Formats: sequence, C-alpha cells, structure tokens
Amino acid sequence: MTGTTLDDYTDRYAQRVAGMKASEIRALFAVASRPEVVSLAGGAPYVSALPLDAVGEMLARLGSEHGATTLQYCVGQGLPELRERICEVMELSGIGVSVGASPEDVVVTVGGQQALDLVARLFIDPGDVVLAEGPTYVGALGAFQAAQARVVHVPMDDEGLIPAALEEAIATVARSGRRAKFLYTIPNYQNPAGVTLSEQRREEVLDICERAGLLVVEDDPYGQLCFDGEPPRPLRARRRDGVFYLSTFSKTFAPGLRVGWILAPHAVRDKLVIASEAQILCPSAFAQAAVTQYLSTMPWREQLKTYREIYRERRDALLSALADLMPEGTTWTEPGGGLFVWATLPDGLDAKAMMPRAIAARVAYVPGTGFYADGGGTQNLRLNFSFTTPERIREGVRRLAGVVEQELAVRATFGSRPTGGRSHETL
Amino acid sequence: MLVLAGGLSYEREVSLRSGRRVLDALRAVGLEAEMRDADATLLPILDADPPNAVIIALHGATGEDGSLRGVLDLCGVPYIGCDARSARLAWDKPSAKAVLRESGIPTPDWVALPHDRFSELGAVAVLDRIVDRLGMPLMVKPAQGGSGLGAAVVRRADELPAAMVGCFAYDTTALVERYVPGVDVAVSVVDTGEGPQPLPPVEIVPRGGVYDYAARYTAGLTTWHVPARLQPATADRVAEVAVAAHRALGLRDLSRVDLIVDEHGDPHVLEVNVSPGMTETSLLPMAVQAAGLDLGDLLARLVVRATER
Repeated sequence: MTGTTLDDYTDRYAQRVAGMKASEIRALFAVASRPEVVSLAGGAPYVSALPLDAVGEMLARLGSEHGATTLQYCVGQGLPELRERICEVMELSGIGVSVGASPEDVVVTVGGQQALDLVARLFIDPGDVVLAEGPTYVGALGAFQAAQARVVHVPMDDEGLIPAALEEAIATVARSGRRAKFLYTIPNYQNPAGVTLSEQRREEVLDICERAGLLVVEDDPYGQLCFDGEPPRPLRARRRDGVFYLSTFSKTFAPGLRVGWILAPHAVRDKLVIASEAQILCPSAFAQAAVTQYLSTMPWREQLKTYREIYRERRDALLSALADLMPEGTTWTEPGGGLFVWATLPDGLDAKAMMPRAIAARVAYVPGTGFYADGGGTQNLRLNFSFTTPERIREGVRRLAGVVEQELAVRATFGSRPTGGRSHETL
Repeated sequence: MLVLAGGLSYEREVSLRSGRRVLDALRAVGLEAEMRDADATLLPILDADPPNAVIIALHGATGEDGSLRGVLDLCGVPYIGCDARSARLAWDKPSAKAVLRESGIPTPDWVALPHDRFSELGAVAVLDRIVDRLGMPLMVKPAQGGSGLGAAVVRRADELPAAMVGCFAYDTTALVERYVPGVDVAVSVVDTGEGPQPLPPVEIVPRGGVYDYAARYTAGLTTWHVPARLQPATADRVAEVAVAAHRALGLRDLSRVDLIVDEHGDPHVLEVNVSPGMTETSLLPMAVQAAGLDLGDLLARLVVRATER
C-alpha cells in the first residue's frame, strides 16, 4: 500500500506554493489575540475612537437609501467622487493640483495591499530587483516576493534611508547584471522602524533615483499621524515624474473598509486599472461610498486630531516604559508619528527564538526577521502602540523586560549562539 | 456536549482545529455540541447550563496537565479521557518515562534538568556529562509540551548549547534523551468498554526528514502510512507496548502513544498524549478511519462511558 500526504494536489502546485507552510510563529500569534495577552504585535488602529454611532447610522443609510448603487458593481478605477475626496486628502500633504495631482490619475484599491500588488504586477519580471528600506513593511515583501522579485535592502538610521547606502545598493545591483525596477519606501513614520526620512535626504534620494532611472514607489499610510509638528512633504509633492504615491484609509479611518489608492502618471494609471479589473473587477462600491460619505459629511479632520492625540499618549507611554523597564543593552527608535517602535535586543538575543517565552509571559510582539527578505532582523522586534491603552502598554513592557532578562540568563548559561541571520546594522 | 478548545498555550491554533474537527464529528452523528474556550466564562456556563459531558480538545498545559480535569471533577462534570492524576503524570515527560521504565516498557535513556541546575553547576560541565553518558546523537525537548515545539535532534556536541537555549524558551525544564534512529510510529489506544485496544499504527515519514511543526500541520509535507509498514511480529509488539504504556500511566478512554521502532524492530516509547491532536493531519483520526471506525461514533461511545462513571 502507499501512504497518504493528505494533500492530493502536492505535485500540481505552482513553485511559489513551496514556501506556504504552517509556522510556529503564526501559531504563537493565535494566542496573541486573546485578551489575557498584552499584544504589542499587530498594527491595528484604535477604531473604537471613531464616533461609531454616527458611522453606523451613515452605513445604514448607505444601504437603505442608496443600496441600488452601493450594492452594485462600479467602475474599475473607483468612484469619481471618492477620487475627488482623495485629492483633498492628498492636498493636506502638499500633493495638489500644482504638482499635477488629479482625480483622473487616482486608482482606488482594496487597501494599500492591493496597490502594492498592482505595482508589483506592472513592473516586476521574475528576478528583477526591488530596493527597499531594511527593515520594510512585511506586506510589501509578500507582494514583491509573490511577483518573484529579489528584494535588496537599503539600511536606515535615525534620519531614514541612508542616501550613500542607496547609491551603493544601486551600483551593486548594476554590477551583478540585474535590473533594479524601483525603490519602495515609506518615508513617514516607517513601518516597522518608526523613523522618518529627513527633509534634506528627501531631495537627495529623489536625485539619486532620477540619475539611476529608478522609479520610486512611495507608501504613505502614516503621514497624517504626526505627533510632533508636521512631517516633511511627501516625495510625490516634490517630484511628479517617476514617483508613484500609495496610501490608504486604513490608518486614518477604518481598515475594515479596505480602501486605499495609487496616484500614478496617466499612462501607468490605465494599466493599473486594467490590471486591477483583471484581479478584482472593481473595488467594493459600498466601502468606497462609505469613505466618500465619511469624508463629505463627517468631521474627519477632527478625527485625525483625535487619533493623533491618542497615539501620541500611547507612544509616550511605550517610550517611557521602555526607558524605565528594559534591561541594559536594549535600544529603540523614537517615532514622531505612526504606529510603531523598532527595538533592538541586547547582543546575542534572538527575538524570534524568544517568542515562546514572551507568549508564556502573556506579551506579544512581532520578531524583526519578518521585515527582511534576507534573514536580517534577528535581534529586532516591532512594538505597536496604537491599539493598546497606556496602562496595558506599560504592563506589556514590564512583562517583556522580564522575558528579555530570562533570555539573557539562559544565553549567559549556555553562551550566545550564532543565529545564522544578522541583526540590523544601522538602526 | 461541550468541546473545550483554544487555550493560551502555543498549541492554541492546533487546538482550535482539533476542536472544530471534533465538533463536526459529533454533529455528524446527531449529537448536539458546541465549542468554547476554557476561560473565565467557563465555570458560570457549567453552572448555568451543564453539558452531558466535556470533550477536552485543548492541547498544552491546560488540556493535558490535569489541572482542568481537576476543576471539572470539582464541578461534577463528566469528561472523556483520563483523570487529573494520570494526565499530570503523562504530561510531564520525565515522570512518565520513569513510570514506563519501572513497568518494564522500553523508553530511551534520558536526563531531565531545569535551567537553574545548568546555571548553578556550569552548563559546559553538565552537558559534557550528558554527552558522555547518553552518547550522540541526542534529542532535546521541553519536559512538558507538544507539537514538536522547542524540540531538536542534536548530532554534534557543539550543537547542544543552541538546542538547550531553544528548548528553554518553551519550558523551564529540558528533557535530553538518547536519540534512537528508526521509524516513527504512533499508536492510538481506545477503550470503549472492552479494555484498552490498539488502533492500527500510523507510520510517519516527514518529507524533510524532521517531523517538526510545519511537517505536522502542513498537508503534503509528510507521508503517513496506515497501517505502518511493519513486519507482523513487530506490529504486534508495537501494539502490545502501546497498550502497556496506556495501562502503566493509568489512562482511560483514549490516548496516543508515540514510539520509535529501531532497526531491530524493537519499539521505544517516546511519549504518551492524553489529549491527542484531532486536526485534519493528526494521527488519531487517521487510525480511527483505518480501523473502519467513525470518529463521531467513537466519541459518542466514550461520552456514554464518561457519563456512566
């Protein structure tokens, strides 16, 4: 007799399925969502801060009074009225008519994630190189890797992407005979690092990319979530050619609606629409109508202020708890906005290997390796501060500090082991 | 029927999958069943709406260390499976191995040590003694826990410290045992009233050679042979040892005994599970099917036994 693998399709899968396996880390995250666990993992906004009654009434009316259109298919590019509202939102960041931003060039997507996937589909052939900050957004890595891109990381420091390192990376890729298609960057309150590309470096980075003929994919989900002054203007506000601007309402309104967008040059916009229609036919008309109504009839600018105030308080709680409680040798970034702090553990510790101990102590974080395509980030972890109350954040850090101390004790007993990967060199 | 699943252990996800599978099996044979977590809402519900019986599909400490069973005893709620004392014994691998050995049941040589002993006595010196005594290769695993989490095969002495660190992330005590090369076999034991009976043995052949977490729970990464490809005499011996282990630990209703069959055809018991996995890729449901039984029918019969105790 022959055995069974319980999967009759094993020999029929595409090659890219090979990496799709059950993972211990995913299993650990299954526990992180329980209320007993202080979760500093995840990246969820605090949607309870929305005026939920009013939002609920608005959603009900969209169904009862406008159901004939909101429950119907719509155009692939997205509702015209929403695209106009999106331009008003971008105007807040300096991306206005003067720099060529028009509703005609906006493509509505299913969250920022579909925008990333579309860009990858349009520009990446298998083996092409994408340059990205190291660390970078895990969902972008997933989209690029699904398109069979090779991601080459460019290090950051406290001022964001390091221009000299970008030039070096471009040169190295060119020497290897490969082609770098674009730079993927999150200049504002970067996920996961929490750092912001400085004013001066913005022009430098744009110049470097222009000289190298490298497109720029600018992802800006967090730009409106600034706590200390205004963030520098986006790259797209400075340069209209060669910069694709991606954003989303997931962090500024509600991720459950899955509405994001791309602002792209005409020629590319049409291809984005065709690619999007092939993928999803059209974005949800209901979700688009909800965002349009929200932006048209509700005090969304006030809501942004509310989010900022809540997150500022939570960031402060996280930073002060880290300073008060974490063992010596731990370092972290101090974000001026966004949702995340990036921490570096004392030498020799491995954030992924430490996860089971953390879950046992009822605290969760995201190990740094997920934010690298090359095995980096072993010594790092991402801490989210948007979803948890200040008191719980402090309790979470207290638990985490205990976990780090226990891990240090075990490492001291057995000696640190080489982890195989490498930690982030610069941050 | 109340199926308890979830919990806060690393095996939460596995447990939820087990629980849903059990739920489906019970409903398929016409039993009313619901599933819930063992959290602060449980005891009020047991009071307000006591189930006929509880089926524990929790893995990890809550489901297997006996404590929850003790609480169910306090509440007077019947449940499938062994009592608190036996669960506690089986859950702690070093304790279970000691009982097995005393009963003459073969199990690989071992030593179990908490982290503190290593730090007090000096890890290098202790590890040297372990290697001298048990030889190489070695198997390192948490004294308590399942799903292969924190477990590692160590083939070179210089790999041992890293394996210990990985293990101690899951538990404060590590079990280090002589690694026995051979065929991985699991024997499920069920007792519906005629005494413990072995189900057909399941042979496990992980595609990558290691039966780790991914190999256990990703369909396609492991080949299972049911019944195991053993000589009839070996298969008989394996079944006999599995039933003996079930009895020695004082288990009841159902259990799963994990063994290695070495090159001579001799079985060695690695561990015994009192709350075996019930997922799509778990071993007990495969054995049940191979025996021509229906999981729902089997559970229904065990429920009757539990309620009559």
